[in-house]
Amino acid sequence: MSAAPKTILTVDDSRTMRDMLRLALAEAGYRVVQAIDGIDGLERLDAEGADVIITDINMPNLDGLGFIERVRGDLRHRATPILVLTTESEPEVKDRARKAGATGWIVKPFNPGKLVDAIRRVA
Amino acid sequence: MAEHRPVGVLSPESLAAIRVVFFQECEEHIADIESGLTALECGDCDPELVNAVFRAVHSIKGGAGIFELEALVQFAHRFESALAEVRADRVEATPDVVRVFLRAADTLADLVQAARDGQAVSLDRTGAISEELERLAASQAAAFETFDDLDFEPRPIAFTPLPPAAGPQTWRVRFRPHASLYAKGNEPLVLIRELGRLGEAVVELDAEQVPMLDAFDAEDSYLSWTITLTTTADEAAILEVFEFVEGDCELVVSREAAAAPPLPAPAPAPSARDAAPEPVEPRSVGPAAAPKDLTAIRVDLPRVERLVDLVGELVVHQAILAERISAETSRRSDTVAQALDDLSQLTRDIQEGVMAIRAQPVKAVFQRMARLVREAEAASGKRVRLVVEGEATEVDRTVIERLTEPLTHMVRNAVAHGLESPERRSALGKPVEGLVRISAAQRGGRIVIEVADDGQGLDRERVRALAVARGLVAEDATLVDEDIDNLIFAPGFSTADSISDLSGRGVGLDVVRRGVQALGGRISVSSLRGAGSTFTLSLPLTLAVLDGMLVSVGGHGLIAPLASLIETVQPRPADIRRLGASTSLLSIRGSHVPLIDLGRALGYAGARETAAPHGVALLVEDDAGEQAALLVDEVLGQRQVVIKSLEANYRPVEGVAAATILGDGRVALILDITAVIAAERRRADHANVAA
Amino acid sequence: MSESANEAQRELISFRVGEQFFCVDIMAVREIRGWSPPTPLPQSPLFVTGVINLRGQVLPIVDMAARLGLPPAEATARHVIIVVSIAGRLVGVLVDAVCDIVAVAPDALQQPPDLTGEAASAFVTGLLTDEDRLISLVALDNLIPPLDTGSQAA
Repeated sequence: MSAAPKTILTVDDSRTMRDMLRLALAEAGYRVVQAIDGIDGLERLDAEGADVIITDINMPNLDGLGFIERVRGDLRHRATPILVLTTESEPEVKDRARKAGATGWIVKPFNPGKLVDAIRRVA
Repeated sequence: MAEHRPVGVLSPESLAAIRVVFFQECEEHIADIESGLTALECGDCDPELVNAVFRAVHSIKGGAGIFELEALVQFAHRFESALAEVRADRVEATPDVVRVFLRAADTLADLVQAARDGQAVSLDRTGAISEELERLAASQAAAFETFDDLDFEPRPIAFTPLPPAAGPQTWRVRFRPHASLYAKGNEPLVLIRELGRLGEAVVELDAEQVPMLDAFDAEDSYLSWTITLTTTADEAAILEVFEFVEGDCELVVSREAAAAPPLPAPAPAPSARDAAPEPVEPRSVGPAAAPKDLTAIRVDLPRVERLVDLVGELVVHQAILAERISAETSRRSDTVAQALDDLSQLTRDIQEGVMAIRAQPVKAVFQRMARLVREAEAASGKRVRLVVEGEATEVDRTVIERLTEPLTHMVRNAVAHGLESPERRSALGKPVEGLVRISAAQRGGRIVIEVADDGQGLDRERVRALAVARGLVAEDATLVDEDIDNLIFAPGFSTADSISDLSGRGVGLDVVRRGVQALGGRISVSSLRGAGSTFTLSLPLTLAVLDGMLVSVGGHGLIAPLASLIETVQPRPADIRRLGASTSLLSIRGSHVPLIDLGRALGYAGARETAAPHGVALLVEDDAGEQAALLVDEVLGQRQVVIKSLEANYRPVEGVAAATILGDGRVALILDITAVIAAERRRADHANVAA
Repeated sequence: MSESANEAQRELISFRVGEQFFCVDIMAVREIRGWSPPTPLPQSPLFVTGVINLRGQVLPIVDMAARLGLPPAEATARHVIIVVSIAGRLVGVLVDAVCDIVAVAPDALQQPPDLTGEAASAFVTGLLTDEDRLISLVALDNLIPPLDTGSQAA
């Protein structure tokens, strides 16, 4: 961990959310790689790598928890910071995500400032 | 938080763009919710269905939160909570429950629309269904799931409540991560760095616990830190830095003044195996179907429209090329002719390919009908079972948009007038639920849509009597069943005794028919008394391109749609008869049809001698089957033309459906045969009255 | 584009119809092209001479002389068509010749006198003198009147 993180992988099946994340992250100077679900996320991670991963929980094909588990199972990414997107009304999701290996969380709807704060606390 | 963070609020333009995306996505989500719930209603028990519906509602809620669409967020939340109960198997997805969800889906769609248009939705629309959702969601006592197996260690805080002091304070932060902190990807150095941004920090490492190499476990945690921080930030800000690692470390934050309690003696380092994250059951691994996005791409509509335009131009210019070459070369070269034919075929293939990009399945329109049926059921008290076939049938975008209106009328009609009440059906020995079947298929280059019901069918006696009463047919006219059936499309015709909520509003089937005809389509009905009626709607596959016959009138090109053309004839003077002051008739195969001088009718030329020896006529048919012969100067051949709107820059013109650009670059008008014949009839009527 | 902070000048393009001179706001003008024979539209007002092909779009042509109540133009290749945009629609205005681009300060425009009997007055919203010439500023909003509903056939 030396220079500021450059590449952030965002995994979310909602295009609206992906666009919001990309906008906020690009403004903050990060390079953004997008994926639409857990399977796609694993492929993009392989192809492009990532310094930080931001993932939603509810996704088809491979959901957030399964995705986190697989990422942690990959030796290269055992310590890659992973932030999950949760909503106010699901505090238990945070706990489940952490058990699966998530590093931190971001509550939706997020404002760009809070998003960057969360990233700064893990990378 | 430190003020020097560069990231601010997102620009309104970017947010506006994402808002558009959000509402587009909402449409897709609503469609997914509908189809998922419909499948559940039909008895499909796949748990993935509930998941998919849950995710869609969840996504809508998430996006709505971004744009602060409160009413939508709240309703979506209730819907989601109720769905969560079903997903967790605490509530069973009985048909009644699914029906509640279907109504919730309709309400959600309304709320999305209202949010998009910036309007409010009244509480009586949402109140009842909201309550039902809450009742479903509250069926289990526990509001949240609990986790008894969480490895939760209380974090000791030495906190003596001191009054908040102005000016910088000095804090001591003692921080010892557990192995689990590292396992989750957290990094103490990052946290210490963030802490340091709050003010001035002096960091002390305690490496006492690091064992000798032979006892060293790389996965374990041996280091701890003491950070002395001078800052104007409050304790909450300091704790916030460690928000993510609560439970995975020991953290003691104290003001420098108070005696700092020592960190509790380190527990024996847990083995690496225990610290590894426990495997969690992945929530949903669906069947290995291709992720739906990856087999399709999203393209901006204007780009597709532009492509369609360009390809249309390509077709025209290819035709120009062919014409010019044949005009310039004195003898026909086989190789050139072949090359031109190949080019022509290639161009047509490209055009078909491009039109296929715009083609969409009628499914979206049919889904709207499903909702319509539910509303009609509720309004009429009748029970309806809707069967849909051929949803995947594709049609050009331009046609899809115009399907909704005629379909809506036909479906409403079927429920309001076709189907009997449940009691009546029961008495007749029919199933209590009336059947409405909507089907779509491509047939003969057109799309044919049927709306059939198994209700009472048309009462032909009554229809005929009403038609006679309204002067639409003569008392003694002989009519076959089919003629009588199609009388219901006549203007002003309605067999409803009262204007019901459903088919009222003063819109009769004649308006529907005119609308369909304006699209170049046809609508008809067939019926069997006691068994039901079937409405048949036939439309061209695309409104963008037309097959027509190019003719020349008064030096100008005109296109007559092939769909209306029966044949071309060369009238001999002997075949032309006059009737009254201003009407000419053409005798053809024993019957007489009006002969219309197109040049005069359109104002292109002065009245010509209808007994002229030259001249060709097009025998055409309007949508009611009325025939006429249109006199033109020359028939130039069939053309497939790209339809250009006249109304985009001008306004509707009677007798003209649209326009097109010919090979020579000039504009040619496309005739609206029905209007031309009708206008001529009116003119003749006036002239005869005046005479 | 003359939206200079200090004077709010308007740029107008002037043209000749018959012996008279008129001008329109340049913001409305999309292009200027030569005349080509239009395809006539049936049942159309006298001042709509027909439609032409503007790079794939169907463009109606309005004979400005006829529209203003002057004798209709006998269009030739020497006439000019000014393509204007009115509320999102493109219309071709047939004139004899295009003259000049004039920048005017708002106080250079005079109110037209009230002439209720004059057909042209429906369109003239200002008067301007330029080197001894009277140039009338015309508004294009009602160049093509909408069709009366009720005469709409099926």
